[in-house]
Amino acid sequence: MTSPRRVTPEPFVWLMFSAGGVVAALILPVLLVLFGVAIPLGWVEAPDHAHLLAVLRHPLTRLALFGVCALALVHAAHRLRFTVEHTFRLGRYDPAIATVTYGAAAAGAAAAAYLLLTAFG
Amino acid sequence: MDQITLRVARYRPDDEETEPVLVDYDVPLRPDWAVLDGLNYIKDELDGTLSYRWSCRMGICGSCGMMVDGEPKLTCATFLVDLAPGPVRIEPLANFPVIRDLIVDLTDFMHKLSSVKPWLIRQDEQPVEDGEYLQTPAQLDEFKQFSMCINCMLCYAACPVYGLDGSFVGPAAIALAHRYDLDSRDEGDRQRLTILAQPDGVWDCTFVGECSTACPKGVDPAGAIQQAKLAAAQEAMKSLLLPWRSR
Amino acid sequence: MISPLEARYYRRRMPLLWWAHRRSYAIFVLRELSSAFVALFIVELLLLVRATARGPAAYESFLDTMAHPAMIVLNLIALAFVLLHAITFANLTPRAMIVRLRGRRVPSRVVLAGVYAGWLLVTAFLAWLLVAA
Ligand code: SF4
Ligand code: FES
Repeated sequence: MTSPRRVTPEPFVWLMFSAGGVVAALILPVLLVLFGVAIPLGWVEAPDHAHLLAVLRHPLTRLALFGVCALALVHAAHRLRFTVEHTFRLGRYDPAIATVTYGAAAAGAAAAAYLLLTAFG
Repeated sequence: MDQITLRVARYRPDDEETEPVLVDYDVPLRPDWAVLDGLNYIKDELDGTLSYRWSCRMGICGSCGMMVDGEPKLTCATFLVDLAPGPVRIEPLANFPVIRDLIVDLTDFMHKLSSVKPWLIRQDEQPVEDGEYLQTPAQLDEFKQFSMCINCMLCYAACPVYGLDGSFVGPAAIALAHRYDLDSRDEGDRQRLTILAQPDGVWDCTFVGECSTACPKGVDPAGAIQQAKLAAAQEAMKSLLLPWRSR
Repeated sequence: MISPLEARYYRRRMPLLWWAHRRSYAIFVLRELSSAFVALFIVELLLLVRATARGPAAYESFLDTMAHPAMIVLNLIALAFVLLHAITFANLTPRAMIVRLRGRRVPSRVVLAGVYAGWLLVTAFLAWLLVAA
């Protein structure tokens, strides 16, 4: 509350954090139940390769997947930043912690973009 | 008559005490006695040097907040029978500096409260002869919940973020800012949002939600903070996309 | 500037393990930790995409890895945390956001019902797209 108006990236990070929380809540549970539990345990038959490839190849799927990955990673980075700072009383190292967490999210998002753009030829 | 032990934190810097000590006092356990009545009994009958704040005894003035068995409570609204058999631990409100015994320093909270301008801001003040600013019941309902705050600071005592970082504006101040932002008679939204959008404003909050649990008046400061975040983020987006619009 | 009076104040500090002192704080920290499992599963998801793109053999071997008992245990833990995230996030939505329809405020219970309905819809669509279609 020192200077009257400082520019801060917090509002934009927070918007991405919230959007990431929403997409993670909406789509991760079903994907995790399917690929993490139901298919490995044989409750549900795995989608055959050709079908899954066709779904993933569609530009809309890839665009959506990129959005989901990038936003969910920012969501995780934001929460972990505060979790680390608050649970271990490390608030004074915020600049370093924020750089590491958001940096990791940005790297993950870049990797996702690279994969989704190039892997399908 | 039944008795209950109050284990009261005493801090007497005049007596060269460097940290608080817990002292036990036995007080009568009466069905109609609140913790505050027990403290008054101690002060009147057992030890007149005990210091604490209180005034209305009916949950209105907000001055009797203390930690009762580790929870922030209004001592005039917390009954001894509900805490029996005791002993009941009574300490000054958490997260604030202690002046003596059960009295904490309010200065920080008072500064924060006024920093968010919790009053009606008008572009042009309407002359008195034009009468009052009218408001419909529906417009009142928009903010009524947030106007119930009695500034008791229980929410600050419950908030780990404020405890960890004293520069955080904190629950009640943001809830009150939001109360005026939602008021149809007010035109100060952008001024207040500019203040709340500072790094020590709304962004520190991680929605622990304990402030709303602690509030004795049914205010939901945690909800208000998220709503203020959304409003501040929308403002920030607008000034990014439409830079000519911002002053 | 600190006055002589203020110098005598007793200042408490949050204990290092403050979140272990209260149940509600501990649950809060668990809720925040759910995000680590969100990130973990995003990585798994990208590995699935990569394996699928590389062809049927890579896809089969990805499925085999996921069927390893240790992976199943890890994913069950991840699922518990992801569900904790989904439920807490959904339940906090009506408090964080005021929804208006035609100028009228939509009651929280209706907003919450809408959130869960949307969740069911998305879940059903994805399940259909991946395994039923
Ligand atoms: S919001 Fe509630 S707990 Fe906080 S100061 Fe106001 S009345 Fe007290
Ligand atoms: S004495 Fe006034 S609120 Fe308790």
